[in-house]
Order: sequence, then C-alpha cells, then structure tokens
Amino acid sequence: MTMAVMTSVGQRAVSVRDVSKVYGPAGAHTFALDRISLEVRTGEFLCLVGASGCGKTTLLNLMAGLDRPAKGTIDIEGRPALMFQDAGLFPWLTVQHNVELALRLRKVPKGERSRRGDELLRSVHLDGVGDKRPHELSGGMRQRVALARALAQDAQVLLMDEPFGALDAITRDLLHDELERIWTQTGVTIVFVTHNVREAVRLGDRVLVLSSRPGRVVAEFPVEIERPRRLESPEVVGVAAHVVDRLRKEVRRHADDQFEG
Amino acid sequence: MRTTNSRAENVGRHDAELAGIDALDFPIPPAPGRTRRIWSAAWPKLAALGLLLLIWQGIVWARLKPDYLLPGPGPVFRRLFHDFADGVLPKAMWVTLRRAGIGFGLAVLIGSALGLAVARTRVLRAAIGSLITGLQTMPTIAWFPLTILLFGLSETAILFVVVLGAAPAIANGLISGVDHIPPLLLRAGRVMGARGLTAYRHVILPAALPGFVAGLKQGWAFAWRSLMAGELLVIIAKKPSLGVRLQFARDNSDAPALMAAMVLILIIGIVVDSLLFGRLERAIRHRWGLVDSAA
Repeated sequence: MTMAVMTSVGQRAVSVRDVSKVYGPAGAHTFALDRISLEVRTGEFLCLVGASGCGKTTLLNLMAGLDRPAKGTIDIEGRPALMFQDAGLFPWLTVQHNVELALRLRKVPKGERSRRGDELLRSVHLDGVGDKRPHELSGGMRQRVALARALAQDAQVLLMDEPFGALDAITRDLLHDELERIWTQTGVTIVFVTHNVREAVRLGDRVLVLSSRPGRVVAEFPVEIERPRRLESPEVVGVAAHVVDRLRKEVRRHADDQFEG
Repeated sequence: MRTTNSRAENVGRHDAELAGIDALDFPIPPAPGRTRRIWSAAWPKLAALGLLLLIWQGIVWARLKPDYLLPGPGPVFRRLFHDFADGVLPKAMWVTLRRAGIGFGLAVLIGSALGLAVARTRVLRAAIGSLITGLQTMPTIAWFPLTILLFGLSETAILFVVVLGAAPAIANGLISGVDHIPPLLLRAGRVMGARGLTAYRHVILPAALPGFVAGLKQGWAFAWRSLMAGELLVIIAKKPSLGVRLQFARDNSDAPALMAAMVLILIIGIVVDSLLFGRLERAIRHRWGLVDSAA
C-alpha cells in the first residue's frame, strides 16, 4: 500500500483503486472487499451505506492504515483520524488530557497543548467538563470528546465508523448539526459509514451504496439538497427512499443466491 | 439579510438544545456524608473482629487446652504491647520489613520486566508463558532445600525465595492486564500515531494498570508468606526477625510470645494489603468508572 501525501491542489483527498481484502484461510477464503474503487474530493462529505457484510468497517480500517489491502492501492491525504461507534476514550485520563494526548502524540509543544485542548473542547461545546473522566459523561458527550480528539490530530481526512449508531434519536439529531457545523468551519474531508440511510442523506454530499459479500460500490447518489438539512424534511426522505430501494435490491440478490445455490 | 438572521437564530437554538441535553444527561451523584461513609465501611469490620475475639476467648474458656499452651486474647495482647514497649518486637519487625521491602521490590522489577516481555512477544509467550504460571503454583517452601544448598543460611537465600514466590504473580498480573486491554483502545492509540515505545507509555501500560495492581497485591501475599517460611528455616545469628521470634517462642514453650508475634504478622499483612494495594485498587476503579453507584 502506498500512503503518498497528495499535494495537488484541491483534488482528491482519498483515492481507493482496485482494493481487495480477503478473509479466511487460502482456498476457502471469502472476499470482504473485491476490487473496490472510490474517490473522495478534498472537503467532501461522503457517506457509505450498505447492509451487513459489505466490508464498511474493513474499508475504513484500510484507509486508516490499521490494516493492509491484499491488492490495490489507497492514497490518502496526510494521516487520517478515525472515530468509532464507541468513543474509545482512555478511561485513565481526564477529558482534557484525552484531547491533549492526541496533540502530544503529534508533538505539539507543551505550552500550546492546554490552550489548544481548551479550544477544541469549546468547539464541541464541552468547555467546563475537561476535568471529568470519560465515564462521567453521557454517550453523546463522549462522542463529542472523541470528535474533539479526532480534530486534535489536525488530519485532513476524518473517517467515521457509525459514530452515532449507539445514541438516542434526539442526541443524534443534535450531533448531526454539530458535525455539519464543524465540517463547514474546518473544511475537513469526511468519510462517514452508516447503516442509517436517512442519516447518510442528511449529512452527505454524496451517498455510495456498497454491495455485500463481496463489497463493491454498486450505486452512487449525489445529494443536492440545500444545507442546513433536517432528517425529517421531505427532500431528505425522498432521496433516502431511492437509496433504500437500491439497498433492498442488493439484499434480495443474496436471497436469490441462497435459493439457487 | 433575513437568511443570515435565521441562520444565527438556528445556531443559537442548536447551542441551547445541546446545552439542555447535556444538563439532562448529567447524572446526579448521590452524596452520602463523609462520616457516614467511613462508618458504613468500618462497622462490619469491627463487628467481625469482635466476633473473632469472642470465638477465640470461647475456645479458651472451653479449656480444650491448658492456658499456658493456648492463652486468650487478653494475655496475648498484653504480651504484644509489652514486647513492643521493650523494643524486642520493633527490632524484629524492622529486620523482617526490610527484607520484605527489598524482596518485594526486586520481585516487582523482575516480574514487570518478565511480564512485559512475555505479554508482547509471541515466541516468549509460547516458550515460558505456562512456565510462569507453573512457578506460581509451586509452593515456595519446596525451593528451600536447594536454596540453602546454593546460598547457605544467608540473607541471599531468604531474598531469593521471596523473589521466586512473588515475581511470577506480578508477571502474570501484568500479562493478564495487557491481555484484557480492549482492542478499541489499542486501535484508538494507533490511529493517533502511538507506536512502539510511545504506545507502551501512553496506551498499553496505563491500560494494563488494573491487572498489574491485582498482580502486585497477589505478589505481596506470596512474598509475605515466602518470607515467613524463609525466616523460620534460615535463622541468621544476630538478626532477630519475626520468624526467629516464632521459632524461639516455640523452643521456650512461650505461647503468649508466639501468638503475639503471629498477631503482628497478620496485622502487617492486612495493613499493607488494604492500606497500600486496596487503596490503589479502589482509586483505579473509581477513576475508570468501574464502581457501581447503585451498590
């Protein structure tokens, strides 16, 4: 895998070319991803949706450099930040120190760290809880700390793996607003994986549908609804209906497989 | 103009909603008073201690054994204070505690190094992982004959066995601490760029701390037991340790002195365990949020 830092002006933040990833022993292996290709423009908000087994998480891990593809190349701008469904904060550190650790690991000088840490927590509306431990916060607040920590990495690309999947509806709604605002302010490129189609349409500039076993891009839906959007707006629901239709078709294909096989 | 106004309004509303949800989400901590907390922790211990002394006294009153072989709590505690006051016990305690400190300290160094190496190296784990557990199950007293052959009746012999007793427990604690780190935390660390030594310092070691402290606690128990066995078997001239006190009291059929020394050994074991390791453990559990607030 090549991790070339791309310096060309405002073009591709991520490009995945013919990437395959297999699981299981040689001979009896299955393709998690099969020659998947996709590109993400700098500053774009891209959402990936797919049914179970489409290799969404595998793809993000490959992009984050946590895993290597069997075949193909991934080029990504800088070192990406990655957010998970669980916040993954370090329980032995305070909220403030969790954020500052990300700064420390990229060698931000000591004097600057606490100032930047304060700034980042304020940017996710969490000033004042810096001294708390992660377990003292609610799930939504923890995800916002995780977001602040991801921003602390100063990455050009932010990868998000179902980050709001475990939250209640009201909190998730508010975090959509929050994420959209931060995306607008920072201009960061976001690749957002979810199984919630409306969430994808609410947030994304573009929604890609992945097939399952093996994972491939089977459809692309540009979302041209004016921002700020609402999850319940008729436009969002309308586009989401198209995406869901495509997803269902994909799921049906597997039922056919089973009966014919 | 109208659009910018409504946008500003939107932002204001969003902030207010977020603040509202945060306020609702914050758990309201139950706050019992400090004295009540101390009392609720202390009374079961005091009651248990009282019951224990009562049973002891009951056995003595039952006259199963003559007084001079099995004295009651009264004479034993009087003897304990007496031996303390005339400086015999403090001197013995100092010798014993010094050995415990040095032996346990060495065990921590060796056990940690060993545990860390085994936890993160596949070959080493396959080679000696089960051997460490085996060492831990081997009674330390079984080492003494060989140890005395090798080192004679010396300070080294005692320390050797204390380290052998405690180091495997400490190594095993660290290994299990590392094994139980949630993979998510390791991934989070790697994404932030923590690799190699940096990963150890900022992720792996702090994440393994609960297991390590459990290992220290167990290691202390093993060290203290091994030390007592050692002091009974390896008696060095002009070194009046607690073990030597036990041996001499038995030789002189001085039951109150014997039991006074036993009580002191028990107290030291409990004090070190609960005040040092117990506190450390509680502090970590509290920090990590592993305390059930309903309990």
